[in-house]
Amino acid sequence: MTMAHLLEADHISKYYGNIVALNDISTYVDAGEVTCILGDNGAGKSSFIKILSGVHQADKGRLLVEGEEVHFTSPRDARAAGIATVYQDLAMVPLMSIWRNFFLGAEPRKGFGPLQWFDSGKAKSIVRRELSEMGIDIRDPDQAVGTLSGGERQSVAIARAVYFGARVLILDEPTSALGVKQAGVVLKYILQARERGVAVIFITHNPHHAYPVGDRFVILNRGQSLGAFEKSEIDRQELVRLMAGGKELAELEHELEAIKVEV
Amino acid sequence: MAETAAPKVAPDERLVRVGPLAGLLTRPDIGAFLGAVAVFFAFGYFARSVNWIGDPGIAAGWTDQAAQYGIVAVPVALLMIGGEFDLSAGVMIGSSGLLLGYLTTFKHMNVWPAMVLVLVFGLVIGLINGLTVVRTRLPSFIVTLATFFVLQGVNAAGTLKLTGQTAIQDIDTARGFNSARRIFAGDLTHYGFKVKVLWWIGITLTGAWLLAKTRFGNWIYSAGGEPNAARNVGVPVARTKIALFMMTSTIASLMGIIEALELRSMQAKEGIGLEFIFIICAVVGGCLLTGGFGSVIGTLFGAAMLGMVQLGIIDAQWDSNWTFTFQGGILFAAVMLNTLIRSRAQKAR
Ligand SMILES: Nc1ncnc2c1ncn2[C@@H]1O[C@H](COP(=O)(O)OP(=O)(O)OP(=O)(O)O)[C@@H](O)[C@H]1O
Ligand SMILES: [Mg+2]
Repeated sequence: MTMAHLLEADHISKYYGNIVALNDISTYVDAGEVTCILGDNGAGKSSFIKILSGVHQADKGRLLVEGEEVHFTSPRDARAAGIATVYQDLAMVPLMSIWRNFFLGAEPRKGFGPLQWFDSGKAKSIVRRELSEMGIDIRDPDQAVGTLSGGERQSVAIARAVYFGARVLILDEPTSALGVKQAGVVLKYILQARERGVAVIFITHNPHHAYPVGDRFVILNRGQSLGAFEKSEIDRQELVRLMAGGKELAELEHELEAIKVEV
Repeated sequence: MAETAAPKVAPDERLVRVGPLAGLLTRPDIGAFLGAVAVFFAFGYFARSVNWIGDPGIAAGWTDQAAQYGIVAVPVALLMIGGEFDLSAGVMIGSSGLLLGYLTTFKHMNVWPAMVLVLVFGLVIGLINGLTVVRTRLPSFIVTLATFFVLQGVNAAGTLKLTGQTAIQDIDTARGFNSARRIFAGDLTHYGFKVKVLWWIGITLTGAWLLAKTRFGNWIYSAGGEPNAARNVGVPVARTKIALFMMTSTIASLMGIIEALELRSMQAKEGIGLEFIFIICAVVGGCLLTGGFGSVIGTLFGAAMLGMVQLGIIDAQWDSNWTFTFQGGILFAAVMLNTLIRSRAQKAR
């Protein structure tokens, strides 16, 4: 028996009615490590991280934090355990301002006794600082999130999770709407979080984003695990090939060639 | 400005300088404010024969009416921002006043402990509404419509059975009546302004503070705006909504107490129809029917507007049947104006 992992999923299965979204998935992440979860659309990546972050409960299998089995009944429990998530749909309220969204569910308060209020001054200055560190310089923290560009919105969600993810940071396709520079910043963030001793779970379907930052790669396909690899066990080409399912990729390249010729 | 470590400082070149007026025009409550001012001056003209603008006694009249609407409109607005409706808020005034009448005149209770029981009754009805909505996921419109009809029947049948009439009388014979009336339904010393008006302003300011400045306020916005997102970041959405339902029916109970003490009797059909007035106040005040957006201060102006219309039509010596038409017109105009302001607030920033 080795040391207990910081966060471990043990033989997790998840069903939506008669749909098998996940079948017997196990992985783990330790402090100062990045576990990447890769897979095609509908592979079950988001379902998996929703179990880790308390949105859904697993139908089979166990969730362990530092070796202790935990039962997250709501995202609040996961957040209390130091697990913060950037959801694929970002979990932002469009009509609310940036600073209200940033601290939603974890509002800083001041006051005395039962008379407590939301410290909005502190909230706004933290938001400004965290976002400018990310290279996103917001015009006005009072701007409604619904009016931000897709990438800006994603950046706010990432900055929020980085700020609150004390122990585990989960990112569900955080780079999908980002420009090259911002995507680079996010990858840098993942590495910085790892340096700080945060455990990171990074979901993507881009192996070129995953490979440089990951320590471990779990490949999902139609709810099944195609295998879990330590970085030392796999190289970039192999990862790309596995993800796309070798033969299919070759076919795809062939088709693309054909299109090019026509044009 | 000093808090940013980044090189960027001070005015952002992408921010167009907005004058104070343009900035003001993006607030959700500005439409209601302008509307209230317009209605005030309109009756200043049409009801000039009674000195509408200058006579404090006239103002005492319409603020009394506005408080009647505005007190319960505050939690109704918060509930609406939280994404739900309470159609039982009107009938609860009647139920609560009748309950107070029953406890004091039939059970011979002192008014003060009876009031506590009535408020507990409000909390319980709110809890039932809230739990039902949250558990069944039925629209609150339907759930509270059912509560409304159930209570309406109870009020009418119960009163008839107890008294053989359609009202409970003689509440002023109860012990503690005078001291309670002074605090809840008395007159202020000048011009016949009612204490009720202070309750209205106090509850409005509390509601506005709650919404803008507290964690609970943040949860209200998110519960109405995007409940799924809110839940995913750890907001207890169900609890927030239940708390809002409980606030609404408890404040409706408070209103029932105020009316029973003021009128010294309670009609079985009291409060019915007011549920829509409260919603009109909230919508005029800038609350979005779909939740997630609105203003408590705006709701105060909405209530003021409806109060002025109610009394202004009488003071202008028009047929008071036009009141409903005016209320409808105000609702329509306000919704149009608010839509305009909201789209500015969202786009122009
Ligand atoms: N709430 C739900 N009810 C029923 N089926 C669901 C639900 N959520 C997801 N599914 C199904 O489960 C499967 C896995 O979905 P999931 O969102 O986890 O995929 P994903 O790997 O995140 O895909 P993508 O790359 O497109 O984000 C899909 O087939 C999806 O249709
Ligand atoms: Mg997904």
